[in-house]
Amino acid sequence: MQQRLARGEAAALAELYDRFASLVHTLAHRVLEDDTGADRVTREVFGYVWENPDAYDPQQGSLRAWIAMLTQRQAVQRLRASQTASARGDTLTGEALEERIREASVAARADYIVTSMPAPLRAALELAYFDRRDYRQAAAALGVTEDEARRRLRLGLQLLSTAHVQPPRAVSSPGYGRAL
Amino acid sequence: MTGRGGPDPYDDAYGESSGGPGDGRDGPGRGSDADLPSHPAGPPRIPPPRSAVEDSGHWPGALDGGIPAPRPPTADEAATDEAAADGTRADETPAERTPAPGPEPDTATDPKANAEPEANPRPEPEPEPEPRPDPAPPASAAPPAPAVAPTPPATPTPPATPAPPAPPLAPPLAPPLAAPTPAAAHPLSHDLLRSLLGAWALTACSQEETSAVEAHLNHCPSCAEEALRLRDAVGLLHTEHSLDLDPMLRSRVLAGCLGRRPARIPMPGWAGAYDAEAARLDALLRDMGEAEWRAPVRLKWFDGRRLTGRDTTVAGVIGHLMVVDGIVAASLGLPDPMGAAAPRSPLDRTEAYWHHEPGAAYGAGPPGAVRELWREQGHALVRTVSFAGRGVAELDVEYGDFALPIRDAFLDRALECWVHAGDIAEAIDYPYEPPASAHLKAMIDLCARLLPGTLAERRRAGLASPPRRLVEAGTPGRTLHLQVEGTGGGDWYIPLDSPAATAAPEEAVATIALDQEAFYLLASGHVPPQEAAAGMSGDTEAIRDVLFATASLSRL
Repeated sequence: MQQRLARGEAAALAELYDRFASLVHTLAHRVLEDDTGADRVTREVFGYVWENPDAYDPQQGSLRAWIAMLTQRQAVQRLRASQTASARGDTLTGEALEERIREASVAARADYIVTSMPAPLRAALELAYFDRRDYRQAAAALGVTEDEARRRLRLGLQLLSTAHVQPPRAVSSPGYGRAL
Repeated sequence: MTGRGGPDPYDDAYGESSGGPGDGRDGPGRGSDADLPSHPAGPPRIPPPRSAVEDSGHWPGALDGGIPAPRPPTADEAATDEAAADGTRADETPAERTPAPGPEPDTATDPKANAEPEANPRPEPEPEPEPRPDPAPPASAAPPAPAVAPTPPATPTPPATPAPPAPPLAPPLAPPLAAPTPAAAHPLSHDLLRSLLGAWALTACSQEETSAVEAHLNHCPSCAEEALRLRDAVGLLHTEHSLDLDPMLRSRVLAGCLGRRPARIPMPGWAGAYDAEAARLDALLRDMGEAEWRAPVRLKWFDGRRLTGRDTTVAGVIGHLMVVDGIVAASLGLPDPMGAAAPRSPLDRTEAYWHHEPGAAYGAGPPGAVRELWREQGHALVRTVSFAGRGVAELDVEYGDFALPIRDAFLDRALECWVHAGDIAEAIDYPYEPPASAHLKAMIDLCARLLPGTLAERRRAGLASPPRRLVEAGTPGRTLHLQVEGTGGGDWYIPLDSPAATAAPEEAVATIALDQEAFYLLASGHVPPQEAAAGMSGDTEAIRDVLFATASLSRL
C-alpha cells in the first residue's frame, strides 16, 4: 500500500480511505466531539498520508497504528487551537484542557483497541454491554462454552483497560515527530 | 486490518474448535436447554453428588478458605491453570497484541483450554468443606428465581448510560465489606472466580456469582486489583462507537488529497461512479451482524413483459454483484471468480453461483465472507483500469447476449450497485441516499443511450410498435424528449424509429417528465412501466414504448 501511494496511484488512495476513514473519523470525533472538526481532521490526515507516504515506517508498527497516531495528534492539536482561539472568554483553564485531552486520549485509545481487537472478543463484549446479555446468554448466542464466554469478556476488558496506560511515546513517537 | 464483522478466518477457526463440541460436552452436565436461563449459578465444575467426600481429607487447606492456592494442584487443575495462563498471558503483553491482534495464539490454545477440563471429567475437582453448616452454598441452594439480567445489589455499573464517566472505582469493593460472607461459603475455585471477573465487571453474571466474586475480592488482592481495572475499562465502552460517515465526505477527502498532490496514475473519470457506489455500499455493509447478512431480500426487475423477482439474502445480493462484476474482471484479464468455464450472462452466472454457494444465498456458513471477495475484486477492477488508462477505453465487455464498452460497463456496474444497495437498505430498514449528482447523471445518460437499441430489440420481438417511418442512418427521426428532474437530472432526446437515426429536439413527438427517484424506480424494474410516476404529453404509443423499454433495461 505504501509503495502504491508513493507511486501516486489514485486507486490506492481510495482504498486507503475505504480501509481507514471510519477509524480516523471516529477517533477524531472522540477528541473533538464535533462532526465538522472530525471531517476536517479526516481530510488533513489523509492529505498528509497521501502527500508523505514515505513518512510511514513499517518498522514502527502497522499502518493502522500509524494512522491512528496521526489522527490522535492532529485532533488534539485542533482541540488546543480551538481552545486558544476562544481563550479570551469563558474557556477551560489550562489544567481542565489538559484533563479533557487526557480523557479524550484514553477514550480514543479505547476506541482504537475495540476496533482492532479480535472479532470474537468484540462480539462477546458487545453482547454483554450493548445487548445486556449475561455471559450464559452470550455464550449461547455465540455458540461457545460458558467458559469461553467468560474468558472472552475478561480478555476483552483486559485489552481495553490498557487504554488507561499511557504508552511511553504513543501519541508522539520520535520517529514521526513532524507536524502534519 | 481486522475483519469487522466480515470474513474472519479467526472467527471460523474459533467456531469449529470451541463452539460445536464444547456445547455438546456441556449439555449433559447442565440439563436441558430450557434450564439454562433459570439455573441459579450452575457452575458445572461443582459435582452435584458428594459421593467421594473422603477425598477432601487429602486437602486440609480447602477447609481454611475458598482459595485453593496452597494445595498441590491435581493433574486436572494443572490443566485449568494452563487455561488460565492463556488468559493472563495476554494480560502481560496486551500492548503488543492490541495494534495487530494476532489470531494465532488464541486459536492455538483455546481448544485445549476448553477441551481439557471438560473432556476429562474430574473425579473430585473441588472438594467441598462440609456443605451442611454453610449458610448459603450457591450450588446446592434451590434456584431463587434469578433475574434474567442480574443486577448486583450495590455495584453500580450502568452499561446503557455511557456518557457520564462516573468514577466506578470505589463501589466494587464496598458490598463485600458491608455484608461480609465467609469465604468458605463459596466453594467456587479461585480460577473460576477469576474467570468471572470480566462478566462480573459487565454485570453479566448471576447474583450468586456476583456475591461469590465480591466475597472473594476481600481475600484476594490480585483479583481485587484486576476487578478494579476491568470495572474501569467498562466505562470506556461507548454506545455510539461507530458513527455513520457522510458518504460525500469520501469524495471531498479524495479530491482534497488530489489537490495537494496530483495522482501520477489517476482513476479514469468513467470509473469514478463505480468506485464511489461500491464504497457506499461497502459502508452500508460494514457493521452488519450475521442476522442482517441473512435478511431476506427480493430482487426485482422487468423481464420485458412483466415485473418479476427472485428471493435471496443480503449475502446473496453481494454474491450476485460479485459474479456479475466478474464478467468485467474477466474481460480485463483478471481472474474470473467463477472460473474460466463460467457462463457469460449475468442471470446464468448468478443462478450458478447461488446454486453452488447456497450459503451466500440461503444463509449457512459465514454470511459476510462474500463482502471481502466482492470488495477486493472491485478494488482490483478500478486499479486495473487506472493502470491501463486509455488502453482499455475501447475494450468491449461481453455479457452473453449483449456487450458494452468498458466505460459503459463500469457505469452499468455502478448503477447495479446502487440499485442493489437500495434493495439491501430497504430489507434492513436503513436509509440510503441517491448517488452524487455527477454520477447519477452519468448513469441516467447510460440508460438514455441504451434506450434506442432496447426499443429496436423490443420491436423485433413484437413488443413495441413498428417504426412510423424509415429514417436513413445519421439523419434525424421522430424523437422523444426525456426530462429527468433532480440534481442528477437533465434532458435527453431519444430517437424512436431506429438506433441509427439521430434525435433532434425539433422532431420531438412526445415528452416524458419524471423526477430522478421515479426514473430510478422505473429503470430498475421496481415499478411496472404503466405505473411510472411520470408526466406525459404527445404520442401515447411512443411514450408507452419508451416507458416499457426503460423498464426493460433492468435485469437480475
